[in-house]
Amino acid sequence: MFATALIVFRETLEAALFVGIIAAATRGLAGRSRWLSGGVLAGVVGALVLAAGADRIGALADGIGQDLLNVGILSVALAMLAWHCIWVSTHGHEMSRDAKQLGSSVRAGSRAPRALMVAVALAVLREGAETVLFVAGLASGNPNGADGMLAGAGMGLVGGAAFGVLLYFGLSRVKPQHLFAVTNVLIVLLAAAIASQLARALAQSGLTELWTAALWDTSSFLQPDSALGVLLHALVGYDARPSGLQLAFYVATVFVISTATRQVQLRQRSQPNAGQRPVAPAR
Amino acid sequence: MRFLRAGFLPRVLGISTLLACTLAMAEPEMTLVIKNHKFEPAELKVPTGQRIKLTVHNQDATPEEFESHKLNREKVIPGGAKAVIFIGPLKAGSYPFFGEYNEATAKGVIVAE
Repeated sequence: MFATALIVFRETLEAALFVGIIAAATRGLAGRSRWLSGGVLAGVVGALVLAAGADRIGALADGIGQDLLNVGILSVALAMLAWHCIWVSTHGHEMSRDAKQLGSSVRAGSRAPRALMVAVALAVLREGAETVLFVAGLASGNPNGADGMLAGAGMGLVGGAAFGVLLYFGLSRVKPQHLFAVTNVLIVLLAAAIASQLARALAQSGLTELWTAALWDTSSFLQPDSALGVLLHALVGYDARPSGLQLAFYVATVFVISTATRQVQLRQRSQPNAGQRPVAPAR
Repeated sequence: MRFLRAGFLPRVLGISTLLACTLAMAEPEMTLVIKNHKFEPAELKVPTGQRIKLTVHNQDATPEEFESHKLNREKVIPGGAKAVIFIGPLKAGSYPFFGEYNEATAKGVIVAE
């Protein structure tokens, strides 16, 4: 039961931390709860569908169907996060101003960005599909001990989700005027982590053979399956033996997002009124 | 169209042929079988310096996740399904792997030599 809980916990943790960060990044924005729960729900439904069709998907394209799908999901998630970071830089002031009124009223001015909701759905979908497959396998493979196994899976799910909630409340303590700066850094790192996973999926599926050798090995220093290793993997993309391509993707993502953000900000500063909406009186 | 005169076409043709040959040159293929939550063979010898096409055939009814920290690979294989995982090129050495869903029994090692 404990082993089951641990596996489900690991799978859930990644998605839960992702959702926690996104929830914090969109605090106080109109329609956030609806979009966020919609994203999670879409991810869960997608995970069930994906798990049900896993055999067929896996057999596609000579046995690399699953990796190809993974590549697609990661690419879209990466694009959504990158687009969001750049979008925030054009609306940052507006959002900080709204955030200062957190708790008093939700302004209709800034709507929760849909790109993030797509990213949430994809994160839940990816981690969820593996969890569903694993739990379904348990239930069918152990008809006698199924109850204990399912209880373990439930414990893992709750435990993983609890970390997401913990991170959300931790971020809630950040002063509202700094909140978007902090969550934006976290989202850039999430994007870089996704880019690194994308590089690995490309190599695993045989689509590229470029720079596949491991650059270093920190597994004796920090085990990738230790509690801290799993946490850092989910948050900043920690990998004990990253390939050259993974590092290149990681660095390129941080570079592209920060450069694009700076460019947009510079352009805005030269046209002070661009991209700002008229201030509506707070209700 | 100056580039055509400068031997551009022959060069492109040459490079394409080279690429086609590289693509057609199949990498060594290896197969692992999962049965009763164990890998068969538990030790797999592979050549060094070449990418390997590894097929994992899960003959159990339950899913398994092929995972190796040292190979930097992980892939879920549904019950009764086959999955292809490209690994390497590897340096000489041993690369342990395991089945995450049945870690107590599903263990093995790839030895590159």
